Amino acid sequence: MGKQIPIVDYLVLDDGEPHLVANESEVSGALYLDRRNADAKSGTAGFRRRTLANEGTVRTFTIVHRAAPGVPTPYVSVVVDLDGGGVVKANLLNVEPEPANVASGMRVRMTTYPVGTDDDGTEAIAFAYEPAAPSSTTGA
Amino acid sequence: MAERDVWIIGTHMTKFGRYPDKDLIDLGSEAAVAALADGGVTIADIDVMGAGNLFEASSGVGQRLQKQIGQTGIPVYNVANACATGATAVRCVFMAIKSGEAEMGLAVGLEKMGKQGLLGASARSDKKTYQPSGRYGAVMSVEGRLGTTLMPGVFAQAGMEYAGQHDGVGFEQFAKVAEKNHAHSVLNPLAQYQKQFSLDEVMKAEMMSYPNTLLMCCPTGDGAAAAVLVSEEKLKTLSDDQRKRAIKISASVMTSDPWTESDQVQPDVNTLTREAAAKAYEISGVDPADLDLVELHDCFATAELIHYDNLQLCKPGEAGRFIDERGPWRDGTTPVNVSGGLISKGHPLGATGIANLYEVSTHLRGEAGDRQIEGAKIGLTHVIGLGSACAVHVLEKATV
Repeated sequence: MGKQIPIVDYLVLDDGEPHLVANESEVSGALYLDRRNADAKSGTAGFRRRTLANEGTVRTFTIVHRAAPGVPTPYVSVVVDLDGGGVVKANLLNVEPEPANVASGMRVRMTTYPVGTDDDGTEAIAFAYEPAAPSSTTGA
Repeated sequence: MAERDVWIIGTHMTKFGRYPDKDLIDLGSEAAVAALADGGVTIADIDVMGAGNLFEASSGVGQRLQKQIGQTGIPVYNVANACATGATAVRCVFMAIKSGEAEMGLAVGLEKMGKQGLLGASARSDKKTYQPSGRYGAVMSVEGRLGTTLMPGVFAQAGMEYAGQHDGVGFEQFAKVAEKNHAHSVLNPLAQYQKQFSLDEVMKAEMMSYPNTLLMCCPTGDGAAAAVLVSEEKLKTLSDDQRKRAIKISASVMTSDPWTESDQVQPDVNTLTREAAAKAYEISGVDPADLDLVELHDCFATAELIHYDNLQLCKPGEAGRFIDERGPWRDGTTPVNVSGGLISKGHPLGATGIANLYEVSTHLRGEAGDRQIEGAKIGLTHVIGLGSACAVHVLEKATV
């Protein structure tokens, strides 16, 4: 297998099972996926790294039919409340993109998928979510 | 410091639409000159000016406008604040008068967008060699790969979050919002589109981002709106006719979004709206039940529905029931977006936050023609720009 690179730096591919990491405020515990100069919740500086859970619950979703150029449609965009803290946005995979198949409160787990290869043969990997219990994804 | 009240004495908006033969300043000049005339004053009476525009924000829009309507040396504040840009220009003038620095001011919101398709959906420019960059260390555009942050999707997700939390809210309720606003627009000659659609047509239109179909999304477009504001002291020196048509700004409130956990990845359009509304009701002493009409920020049908709740126009959690019972229709308990709203009237970004003041003022003056809400005495305007910025104004028909 060729070299891989995560689509964003908060996705960790080379330390066990793929997972997300966040910057956690040392004062408020607020979690951020991007680099922050200070905590937006408390205004204080000082962060530690924290590994986020790979499972969570769908907070909300949409099914995108008209997208930016080059993006295959339709696809499901979800906002996920991760178990133990942290909120992320990603695509929902392995489910037919129909309203009946997605709902707030549905349990999901993280997965990864390739999103491109550059001229050096490096494959970019994105994270996404999929239903945690396939049997619960119909008739929601 | 003693509080002094601020009033609107003149206001105007251009018809929203697409103007290939007019530039931004043509549109702004038309609105500004007409607003001054409506107020019975001239540019020589103006002490301060606020100019709101997004797409040419770095070009000194206010000064360019002055070169067409009058260069008098007054301070000009050029502002850009997403979809709250026009309201922010009003706030600049409002604060200058409130502070005692100015007696009369002109706020202009102007925008020329043309036909742009999905805002923010520029062609991707993936790099040949992946190299992490930016605060997220991204190696390529994440749009469509890590969910969506384009406007139809963001507001769809905001609506579906509400639907997930409350019974009786779904695709049909969101679609009913658009059915209403398109119906309202038929009475407004200044609306970009004046075409009625059945609920079935709304629901069967091209799906953009579930649950928002094409007919549930506002169009891009061109237009301008302006308002002339005065201190109460100044108003007392003006003619009977000017005083009779003056509209009191009973509250002018702006908020930005306070920290919430989910707001870091999905804009929270609720909290700052709720805080702005609560403060506006407190300052004005107006109860939501007193409102005769509301112009709120329906950039998408999903947005309007959740703002029924955020602005306390319905009981908590009952926005679905409110639209089902036709509460926000022009003959309902609290008419909402009788102008046709952004969905039909159009949404030239910088102009929107003043156009809604124009709409409510025109009703309070009893000058809204076919779309007049009879006997309207109190109205509210609301805009929200993602990022986020929210402005709420409470306007009242009063006398000095």
